[in-house]
Amino acid sequence: MSIKLGVPSKGRLMEKTFDWFAKRGITLSRTGSDREYAGAVEGVEGVDLVLLSAGEIPRELAAGRIHLGVTGTDLVHEKLPRWEQQVEELEPMGFGEADLILAVPQFWIDVDTLEDLDAVAAAFRRTHGHRLRIATKYHRLIREFLADAGVADYQLIDSQGATEGTVKNETAEMVADITSTGETLRANHLKILSDGLVLRSQATLWRSRVAKCTSEEKSALKTLLAKIDS
Amino acid sequence: MPNRSQIEARAALLRQRFEVAGGVVVDPPLLQPADILLDLYGEDIRARAYVTSDALRGEQMLRPDFTLPMVQMHMKGGAEPARYTYAGQVFRRQEHDPDRANEFVQVGYEVFDRTDPADADAEVFALFQLQLRGLELRVATGDIGILLAAVEGLNTTEVRKSALRRHIWRPRRFRALLDRFAGRTPMSESRKKLLSTTGPLTGTAPEIGKRRAAEIDARVETLRADAAAPPISEHEMEALEALLAVRETVPYALEQMRDIAVDLPAILPALDRLEARTSAMKARGIAIDQLDFEASYGRTSMEYYDGFVFGFYAERRPDLPPIATGGRYDALTRYLGQEDEIPAVGGVIRPDLILTLEGEVRS
Repeated sequence: MSIKLGVPSKGRLMEKTFDWFAKRGITLSRTGSDREYAGAVEGVEGVDLVLLSAGEIPRELAAGRIHLGVTGTDLVHEKLPRWEQQVEELEPMGFGEADLILAVPQFWIDVDTLEDLDAVAAAFRRTHGHRLRIATKYHRLIREFLADAGVADYQLIDSQGATEGTVKNETAEMVADITSTGETLRANHLKILSDGLVLRSQATLWRSRVAKCTSEEKSALKTLLAKIDS
Repeated sequence: MPNRSQIEARAALLRQRFEVAGGVVVDPPLLQPADILLDLYGEDIRARAYVTSDALRGEQMLRPDFTLPMVQMHMKGGAEPARYTYAGQVFRRQEHDPDRANEFVQVGYEVFDRTDPADADAEVFALFQLQLRGLELRVATGDIGILLAAVEGLNTTEVRKSALRRHIWRPRRFRALLDRFAGRTPMSESRKKLLSTTGPLTGTAPEIGKRRAAEIDARVETLRADAAAPPISEHEMEALEALLAVRETVPYALEQMRDIAVDLPAILPALDRLEARTSAMKARGIAIDQLDFEASYGRTSMEYYDGFVFGFYAERRPDLPPIATGGRYDALTRYLGQEDEIPAVGGVIRPDLILTLEGEVRS
């Protein structure tokens, strides 16, 4: 058997991952038709490529179905409680950099910090009869961050895409989302709270702490990691 | 580890004793509508409770405790005074500690009686102590009502008091607010800039979202007024800090807090209530001289308690959650009853933990 390396199955994240491995003498490639999620690994023996959605890679690592995986810090922290015990961070890869942040409408000139947000949330609830809504897909991370900061009277609204648009559509009052340049936020008239950085994320190579290895697989893993390190 | 039938047998026994004390047995449903729990506890409840849903009733939660269904049931038509008891499973989502149970049995006793709150507190506490007799436990008591009274009595604006009151149960935010209101934290540059302006503000950013310009202007006005208000005085701050640090046996704690009340006279009525409770406890045979009192107790874990609070802990097993906890929650009934308050006090015991501790003693 071979060890399994899970990488994102499409887009820039896949291309950058392929480049990163190529620089270290390992060629990853997709095989078959464009729609078929099969891949090949050259430059090291005994490694299988598994193409997956970046969002599924944390779960696959935690289940031990893949030995290594490439995905963002944000997704690992959000999807795996006690992630340190399930996966090991091997290498930050220097791309896919993005920050998970809290952002409010620019015209909220009275809100700059979490303390302001908390005060505004209380007033908002009194005025509107419901809690201040934050659109996000990072429920666990945001809830823990806000609990830690002592912010109350908010609620999370699930948003799996086009999150920045929710404020204008009045389905949420603010957002918690990933941003790299802040361009989308600005275009949607949102600003980041000065102490609203929840997490700095980048594409990272992870090792599963639970995936089982035969001695053969162990040596393949060792060779691969040695190549990456050199 | 005790098995399920042992736990259920012990739960039945505990409940029976509560029945003998006058508790009427109630058995609320396992599934509770999520909206009211969310409204009450906020987003934090999602980290603690299992949520499920169907197309007809929407989101439901597996009951994280009995308090809310109990209070609702009583408010729908319970006669007063009333005493209830129950035994059954509660469910807690666990995201950090795999050793903590996500399902366990609670046995509880709740009193809705407005005639003599001090005695109702003493009654509940005495019953719990009796139920736990023979176990070597540390007992913690406190009184959130004293802290609420201290905040109420501060010589400062209503806006500041209400902000502090809201965060009594979040000690760190409370501390940060207090430092700001006392002028101990320097004002941020962005706030200074905001306050250097006058009149309603017109910006270039478009108005988006449900929070309107009028609300923003109103808050800016509030901030301006706050900046003009004098800081909370040092001697009030010192008294409040001394109060938060009180940790003594009940008689000494009372003495210390009476001293503190010279600077915070607003806590006097709350201290009188503590004294009345103490007498009522004494009358029920509780050894008051050895009972611990911590002014800050109950601030981190028990949000809806707003008066007397207590907990029983196994000191040799710090890994275990409290064996029993309870307290007074008048504010919850006020909130749920749309201002129709019913003074309420109660608590819960975990039979599984009792059995675990007894097993250790035997082996």
